[in-house]
Amino acid sequence: MKIEFNFAFLDENTKRMIRRGLLKAVAIPGYQVPFGSREMPLPYGWGTGGIQVTASVIGRDDCLKVIDQGADDTTNAVNIRSFFQKVTGVATTTSTARASLIQTRHRIPETPLRPGQIMVFQVPEPEPLRTLEASEQETRTLHAYQDYGLMHVKLYEDIARHGHIATSYDYPVMVNGRYLASPSPIPKFDNPKLHHSPALLLFGAGREKRLHAIPPWTRVESLAFDDHPFEVQGWEAPCSLCGSRDSYLDEIVTDNAGSRLYVCSDTDYCTSRREEA
Amino acid sequence: MRSDTILEVRQLSHLYANGQGCRQIDLDLYPGEVLCLVGESGSGKSTLLDTLAGRRVPQSGSLRFRDRQGTFHDLIHGDTATRRQLARREWGHVFQNPRDGLRMNVSAGANISERLMALGQRHYGHLRAQARDWLERVEIDPARLDDLPASFSGGMQQRLQIARNLVTAPSLVFMDEPTGGLDVSVQARFLDLVRRLVHEHGLAILMVTHDLGVARLLAHRTVVMQHGRIVESGLTDQILDDPQHAYTQLLVSSIVQA
Repeated sequence: MKIEFNFAFLDENTKRMIRRGLLKAVAIPGYQVPFGSREMPLPYGWGTGGIQVTASVIGRDDCLKVIDQGADDTTNAVNIRSFFQKVTGVATTTSTARASLIQTRHRIPETPLRPGQIMVFQVPEPEPLRTLEASEQETRTLHAYQDYGLMHVKLYEDIARHGHIATSYDYPVMVNGRYLASPSPIPKFDNPKLHHSPALLLFGAGREKRLHAIPPWTRVESLAFDDHPFEVQGWEAPCSLCGSRDSYLDEIVTDNAGSRLYVCSDTDYCTSRREEA
Repeated sequence: MRSDTILEVRQLSHLYANGQGCRQIDLDLYPGEVLCLVGESGSGKSTLLDTLAGRRVPQSGSLRFRDRQGTFHDLIHGDTATRRQLARREWGHVFQNPRDGLRMNVSAGANISERLMALGQRHYGHLRAQARDWLERVEIDPARLDDLPASFSGGMQQRLQIARNLVTAPSLVFMDEPTGGLDVSVQARFLDLVRRLVHEHGLAILMVTHDLGVARLLAHRTVVMQHGRIVESGLTDQILDDPQHAYTQLLVSSIVQA
């Protein structure tokens, strides 16, 4: 028996509803727009929000890339890519430069994005204030009145305990000087790429039923203190495979003696550098 | 209205569905003054305090606040953004249970700095210096700056609440039974501290208490409430030494003489 899907799995009304939410999100950068999240054929936490956003914006001419922790070949990435191949039949790629639509979990590619590209982020918790304030009513009020002193309490506490801002991923950002937003669990290494990004950045949280967006060329500042400015991670060694010194590296323990290896987390970037060399 | 009134309350009512609450309250508060609201449980004094502090919306009456620049703000019909701004900058709120007024999962320093950060201070070193200074002022060892409030004693938590509120130099502080959970010696020390801070900073304090001893020690004026209405008000010594209303007489005569 052959099962027929609507193009991109979701029905047209759902896609229209999500697109309306996305338009609002783009119009108010950083603002969390509620939407009617659907049941998807994978569990919450695996990218249901990202998939719904991708399904709503994907067209027949798109070329899709899916990454998970920077890699194109992990379970999550492979399965979401084959899911969209099956339900849309669009072209897929692992090349950041060739892709027109990139769904991602935990990373922004090292290869600079270009105008016209769309990044879709999978977001587990869209509310940056959630760990400090449990009430949704209260956090919405704080956003409405731009009452963001609370977020600095967390950073203060980081410095008091660790001597520096120890938050290393999902580092809170101020979008367009107005809304405090969570950039999803990307490493803070990737935060500077959000600022004045030429690509459209869309964020979807399936379980929390929220969308937010950073339109191209929007001002995005990572929070900090005057005397403890925002800094990204650095590594002592270059990538052992491609020798890159300016990409985000994963640490791999190679034996029981504690030897370790650093390799690029962005597999496409690493592979293309090795092919060029 | 006198030009130096800080809080003006006229015919203010907030009633619950069962008819309890506070009704037709008239009250004026002046800078540097401590006013105690006394009365039995259920007399509406906490409801009145919450209504004045903007946490309940009154059904009728007027409520005006004058900030340090001399501008009057209508707290009932004015916009919420201004009221929140006032609450951060001009008011403090000390709760009976420190757990309601403190963030228990962040350090004492973060608790004190929160209001400063809300007002836009972004220098970690300066925030810390101010937090340390305020710990000293409320007689807590500055070495405990990075300790969690949960590791503090009840009296220390209550003083930490004071520090957290006074760090932005508010002009009006609401206190709801601040000495309720403290033993007598700690209570005396706490009252001494409050009296000193009122004197140093020219604070106005509106305090709810059921303890006439606290009123006697601290309050310039006392207001007695029963069944949601003010039954008697005046200078504290006058009220306690020469009560006029039958209920006040009962209240005063029921103080256990030590």
